[in-house]
Amino acid sequence: MAADSTLLLSLVEEYVSGLQDSKAKDTATGIKDGQFTILQLVEALGLSLTSSQPHTRARGVQLLSEVLQECHEGLTEGEVEVLIAFFENRLKDHYVITPPVLQGLRALTKCTVLPPGSAVSMLRSLFQDVHVQSLMLTERSCVYKMLINLMESREAELKGLGADFVFGFLQSMDGERDPRNLLLAFQIANNIIHRGYDLGKFAEELFEVTSCYFPIDFTPPPNDPHGISKEELVQMLRNVLTGTPKFAEFLLPLIIEKLDSDVLSAKLDSLQTLTACVSQYEHKDLAEFLEGLWASLRREVFQTSSEKIESAGLDALTAITSCLSRSVLNSDSEDSLCTFLDLVLRDCKHHLSEPDLKLVWPSAKLLQAACSASNRASHIITAAVMPSLLEQYDNRTQCSHRRTILEVVQRFVQSVKTSQSAEKEESVFVAFRPSLCTMVFSALNENNSSLQKTATSVLTSLAQQPGLLLDSDIELAVDHLTKLLLAEEDEGVSLAVVECAGALAELYPEAFITKLIPRLKMEMFSDPIDQDNNRAVSEHQSHHAVCKRCLSALAAVSTQARIVHESTPVLLEVLSSAHTGSVGFSVDQVVLACRSLQRIAEKVQDTEETGRCFHDLVIPRLLSLSLQAALQGEESSGHRSPLLEESVLSAMVPVISTSCSRLQPALAEQTALKAVSLFLNGDVSSLPNNSFPSHIQLLKQGDSWSQSQLVCLLMGCVCSLPRSVEVPQVEQLLSELEEMSCTCTHPLSYTSAAKCFAGLINKRPQGEDLDRLIQRTMKRVYTELDSASSSACTQAFTLLVWVAKALLLRYHPLSTTLTDKLFSLLDNADLGPMAAESFSLLMSDTTDLLNRGCHADVRIMYRQRFFSENSAKLVQGFNAAPQEKKTNYLKALSNIVNNLPKQVQISELPRLLSLLLEALSCPDQAVQLSTLSCLEPVLADPLPALIQQLEALINRLIALNSSPAMSVRIASLRCIHAVSHFPEHEILPFRARVLRALARPLDDKKRLVRTEAVRARGEWFLLGSPGGR
Amino acid sequence: MIRSINDPEHPLSLEELNVVEQIRVKVNDAESIVGIEFTPTIPHCSMATLIGLSIKVKLLRSLPNRFKIDVHITPGTHASEDAVNKQLADKERVAAALENSSLLEVVNQCLSTKSS
Repeated sequence: MAADSTLLLSLVEEYVSGLQDSKAKDTATGIKDGQFTILQLVEALGLSLTSSQPHTRARGVQLLSEVLQECHEGLTEGEVEVLIAFFENRLKDHYVITPPVLQGLRALTKCTVLPPGSAVSMLRSLFQDVHVQSLMLTERSCVYKMLINLMESREAELKGLGADFVFGFLQSMDGERDPRNLLLAFQIANNIIHRGYDLGKFAEELFEVTSCYFPIDFTPPPNDPHGISKEELVQMLRNVLTGTPKFAEFLLPLIIEKLDSDVLSAKLDSLQTLTACVSQYEHKDLAEFLEGLWASLRREVFQTSSEKIESAGLDALTAITSCLSRSVLNSDSEDSLCTFLDLVLRDCKHHLSEPDLKLVWPSAKLLQAACSASNRASHIITAAVMPSLLEQYDNRTQCSHRRTILEVVQRFVQSVKTSQSAEKEESVFVAFRPSLCTMVFSALNENNSSLQKTATSVLTSLAQQPGLLLDSDIELAVDHLTKLLLAEEDEGVSLAVVECAGALAELYPEAFITKLIPRLKMEMFSDPIDQDNNRAVSEHQSHHAVCKRCLSALAAVSTQARIVHESTPVLLEVLSSAHTGSVGFSVDQVVLACRSLQRIAEKVQDTEETGRCFHDLVIPRLLSLSLQAALQGEESSGHRSPLLEESVLSAMVPVISTSCSRLQPALAEQTALKAVSLFLNGDVSSLPNNSFPSHIQLLKQGDSWSQSQLVCLLMGCVCSLPRSVEVPQVEQLLSELEEMSCTCTHPLSYTSAAKCFAGLINKRPQGEDLDRLIQRTMKRVYTELDSASSSACTQAFTLLVWVAKALLLRYHPLSTTLTDKLFSLLDNADLGPMAAESFSLLMSDTTDLLNRGCHADVRIMYRQRFFSENSAKLVQGFNAAPQEKKTNYLKALSNIVNNLPKQVQISELPRLLSLLLEALSCPDQAVQLSTLSCLEPVLADPLPALIQQLEALINRLIALNSSPAMSVRIASLRCIHAVSHFPEHEILPFRARVLRALARPLDDKKRLVRTEAVRARGEWFLLGSPGGR
Repeated sequence: MIRSINDPEHPLSLEELNVVEQIRVKVNDAESIVGIEFTPTIPHCSMATLIGLSIKVKLLRSLPNRFKIDVHITPGTHASEDAVNKQLADKERVAAALENSSLLEVVNQCLSTKSS
């Protein structure tokens, strides 16, 4: 014990007289460990605390405060009481002692065992003895933190202080300037307001003290370590100001005044504060300021200088209106909502009917903002505005005016929609329904495309008003839409019509099933050629266009299961009649039909019903149709089915894969079973129109391409199934696919087989089985590749690439051996270029399989990983390769780099820069182009590594300006343009040379090249000359 | 090409001010001649010479060397039309003007693209 006390004494001595700050920490640890108590410390400090030198006293108190900060948890109530009394007393002491005293008090406020009444006495002496604003920044913040701590723990006691507390706080924050302290002060003010402290008669003072900062104009210094943003301050202050209706009488005049300001941010802040505050207020708070507010808002919207302010003003108007709408009507008082809206209508309505429609948009926006606030407001406003708008539509003759009116009407409809979504009242527009419908339909019949487009969107908004349109209206609307679909030539209009039809079909499927779909079907199957062979080709083309629109409309309206049931058979019929040749559909149209099916598959919600529809109907039909076509192909009768075409088959694949990837697991399993048994065992029982021979073996047709290419449909099916679904007979399937991909000679067939194999491999569970399978396959592939005379070299290579991709995506350990093989093939004389190309396949996303949509096993950042593992190999290989093989390496490199995300490109590029520059001088145009396109974004922010190579870079870019390929010329000019933004002192030496070189492409024979040249040359001219950059 | 040139006095481009219009631009590619007439905003516009100079410089920088560039004021739209036309047509005076760094500064400011 004696040793401890001497230790303590020496610690104190060293801290107080020796000025060693670290001793405070040692003392604190001593106390925490129980070596000595606070009391002993105070005793040990005795001498320094009673010293006649204020600095020594300050030092003593500081030690105590610092120790307390460390170990305020361990104090007992008695100790705290004594300490508080001591510190309170010290506040009256010399001013140098005040800072450590405040720190000590702050530490004590964190104590959980604060004796009752101590908070009050602490604050009383604080407010009495200290003038906060004459303290330094850290001490002021100390005071604020004390207050915050006390507000957290001793709320009741502080409330007992009554208005004195508020007064004390006001005194201490009045005149605060530092943003850090302001944040704290605002937090206290916020607490005062929101936790129900008694403001007493100080409401106005509190408002004055805080509102003098409004609107906040603060720009944090660059590299601000405190990270205080203007937004933070603005938000805190806004919370304070809008916190209580008691401020209304002061805040609203202030806002009106600040709205007159010229500073944009002040206006914006005022408007946002207004929006925030009226949500707290009641109508009687607002009443006397309504006129002033409206005048300011109207001015801001009518003479707006920025969109932000306009929308903030409209928001504020909405907020005010909804505040007024909340008011409960008294029979004797006047209705403030009506009064206010009268005001609004008086100022805005006449603009809607002025002949030149000049101020129509601002007024309409104001009215709509008010309209969207509440149901009552929308009733009042629409009743006042709609009749005149409808009347004007009839009276106006100019299309542009009519369109404006239509657009205004649409906005009104939309604004009402937002206000009454929850309520189940009758739509505001019921009274105007007939005239609105007439207006829309007449506009649809108009001969002006923009008018028609607007009319479709009005129709959509009207339809979205619950319960507004009657069934008869909808039927009429569908008639109109159908007519437009079939007759309208304008691209934009038909797009709008299709969109509108899609929106309407979601709400009223019945009308579309009974009217639109049969009509479209009839139209598509009416064959114009049969009717009159001599009709001009244009007729045929227009029929083609009609078909195209019908197909896309069918896809658009199929948003609901019921419509899907009606529309998919029509599309399938298109395919089957194209196959039989009964109606002359071209290959394009068949592809479009497949696209539409795919869009439907993508769009419909995942319900059991639609899944079943695709499973029962669409997939078997597609399979059977294409199988029929394939079998027929061999008989080679006169009519060649379009379903044999590669483009049609490739369009079918996404239909199958999208629908398969969305099937429920049970259905998916069935589908997989059917497809596999069809392809492996020739089991045709699952297909409709069962007239197939029973001996077909689709995977063993070595010579018949028409049958073997069907494997792509199998791929679409089995590769997109969810991973949980087990593919039946997978071992056998894999070996057949391997066989086929290595031996078949038809490109589509062996590629599809390889893809299918890869897709299955990607989803196989990890383990020895998989490893053995891969090794077996690869052994075969390697033998094929190594035997120089092998005819199946390309096939083996394709399989290699796809399997490598499948493994790379899932980080399979064997993927490295495969990619290494690919790297080594870059040296191969025959396969080198192909190997280089294959890297782009390896790195890019494929749409038909091996992506997340198809439930493939894709790890994140596999590209980065691949790149960082292999870039060194590539560089090494490049350096070792003979001259004529270097192109392959460069091509591979640019393929890889191009597919990397931009951030990685920028960080990795310095290492590869010399190689890329080499690539620029490589004769292959594709390499040049891809290198340039990956250089261009990098040039946007100059790296030091690039600047070192500037000479070489600019020389090569200039050389590429005379490349025979236009795209290379353009890309190189863009790069030169980007270089002009490099630091001036680095590029100035090249100015003259670049300008001379750029004179030539100015006279290029391609306009796009000339524009780029002009842009680049203009920038280089500005460089380094006065007035330039 | 010249429509994006900024006016020396306004934050608007020459096209927005209708100083240059498409119909007043004549290009003869075969004979390598470009002729442009521009309309100053008011007949006493003091900046007419400067605008003309900016147009000329921009074209000099943007067109191949083979073109002869002729920039003058639309007849009847400026008080001292002849004097300005003479100044703009004089090759040496244009070259001399471009030696003057303060003039060049103003011209370059007109030519800097708005984004920068």
